[in-house]
Amino acid sequence: MRSYLLKRLLLTLPVLLGVSVLVFLFIHLIPGDPVEVMLGESASAGDRAALRHQLYLDQPLSAQFGHFFSGLATGQLESIFYHEPVSTKVIGRLGATFELAFAAMALACLFAIPLGILAALRRGTWTDTAATGFALLGVSIPNFWLGPMLILLFSLKLRCFPVSGRGGLSHLVLPALTLGLAMAALLSRMTRASLAEALLEPHLTAARARGLSEVWVIAKHALRNAAVPILTILGLQFGALLSGAIITETVFAWPGLGRLLIEAIQTRDFPLVQGCVLAIALSYVIVNLLTDLLYTVADPRVRLEGKR
Amino acid sequence: MRRAGVVVGAAVALLLVLGAIFAPVLAPYSPREQRLCDGLKGPSASHWLGQDKHGRDVLSRLIYGARVSAVVGVATVLVSALLGFMVGSAAGYFGGAVDQLFMRIVDVLQAFPGILLAIALAAVLGPSLMNVILALSVLGWVGYARLVRGQVLVEREKEYVQAARALGAGPGRIVFRHLLVNVSAPVIVQATFGMAAAILAEASLSFLGLGAQNLPSWGGMLNEGQSFLLTAPHLSIFPGLAVLVTVLGFNFLGDGLRDVSLGSRSAP
Repeated sequence: MRSYLLKRLLLTLPVLLGVSVLVFLFIHLIPGDPVEVMLGESASAGDRAALRHQLYLDQPLSAQFGHFFSGLATGQLESIFYHEPVSTKVIGRLGATFELAFAAMALACLFAIPLGILAALRRGTWTDTAATGFALLGVSIPNFWLGPMLILLFSLKLRCFPVSGRGGLSHLVLPALTLGLAMAALLSRMTRASLAEALLEPHLTAARARGLSEVWVIAKHALRNAAVPILTILGLQFGALLSGAIITETVFAWPGLGRLLIEAIQTRDFPLVQGCVLAIALSYVIVNLLTDLLYTVADPRVRLEGKR
Repeated sequence: MRRAGVVVGAAVALLLVLGAIFAPVLAPYSPREQRLCDGLKGPSASHWLGQDKHGRDVLSRLIYGARVSAVVGVATVLVSALLGFMVGSAAGYFGGAVDQLFMRIVDVLQAFPGILLAIALAAVLGPSLMNVILALSVLGWVGYARLVRGQVLVEREKEYVQAARALGAGPGRIVFRHLLVNVSAPVIVQATFGMAAAILAEASLSFLGLGAQNLPSWGGMLNEGQSFLLTAPHLSIFPGLAVLVTVLGFNFLGDGLRDVSLGSRSAP
């Protein structure tokens, strides 16, 4: 197991390095002079030179790379618009994004897992067809449309929930629903497929023959076997929630990392854009790593792999 | 059920393409024709889906918006599938260091979640139709490359490839003449889902103000409509429905084609 963990951690390092290099190179993809794009044509020569120096654009590429990361870590890399360290701004918004992502995941689990179980137990019935339809609809509804429609119905017409912003639990419901729907769709589909497969296993017949109740057979034996693929989808989709949050946070004016990224794009604050993209991408990599590590707890075959 | 999905999906795809090609004939008004005194008016006999804040006809803009969706969808899928096929087949066929190099690049790009890289690239390159296609293709090819590599790894050991090699065929001929045909079925299925994903991603970028400028697009229309959610909900409802129906149609088509493909492969 230890060798598996070590191998998985080592494999993450080149990915982290590659992601960092790509994000660093963003500023060099800007067509023309990046400083002119950021400050506008009317900026004075002095201001341009100062920004060029602040972003180390007056130094060789290799030196820029080193300065970019040491600047991020030490707080020397500043946002052009806010005049605050990029790291401070990014860390300050991470909490709101994770709060939204966890709420979306919780809502998705609460709805999708029971629906998937029901569909697997009643294969071929209208419940199964409805669950399949929900899954297809869920992955097709754009969240930048679902959000405004939920606001229109529940906030503006029925006045049940606030239109936007972050506050109590009531502020969280609509953004979490918007963000969690696609995940719920995939999760219900995966739960149905995994449980349907697990229900065909011969050891369930043996459990029934020993006189165990049907509820116990499903809960204790079938669901346990179906847990690994469900866990995989949960981990992978949690990472996807972080990027989905960019649009959801924009629709609901939720003060998270995604909204900060869009604000930074609108103000052409490219150091902050880099900081936000890097934070979201790193969170995604780390969540995927944690999901892989959780396998070792859920699936004994992975634990034993290193011993062979 | 499987066939119904394919039929519905194909009908939606056909409607999108026909709407895009024949937009000037189908649209009742010019998408740019403004009638400021009729701004934000709801659906009526003369304007079936209402008018936006400048008094422009929403239906006409939706029909012209299909052009942006179709162009971005088709171009992104073509570029991504072609690049993915070349990288995937090279990695799968040659193996070794080539495979390691390409797959590590794929790993890095897959570390970027969904639309994040497209948003970042569209932001740095500037909003335009070409840049949207470029931003979506940069990540789009990765899925095809993994798929093709897996298929090529299986196919390259088969007798017909070994026979071609024994007859003196070079790697290029084997890949393009023999492997291309045999790995095309899953690639076509992936491309159908890719169309849905590209249309959704384009609409997302346009919604965020990073899409094609000065062209009517469904995401851009939704962006404008958000400010008038209570007074003119039709500005948000109809463009969103257009995205939903199109994406749902391609997902239906992809699901149906996948079932047909799996069925034909498992058939004796």
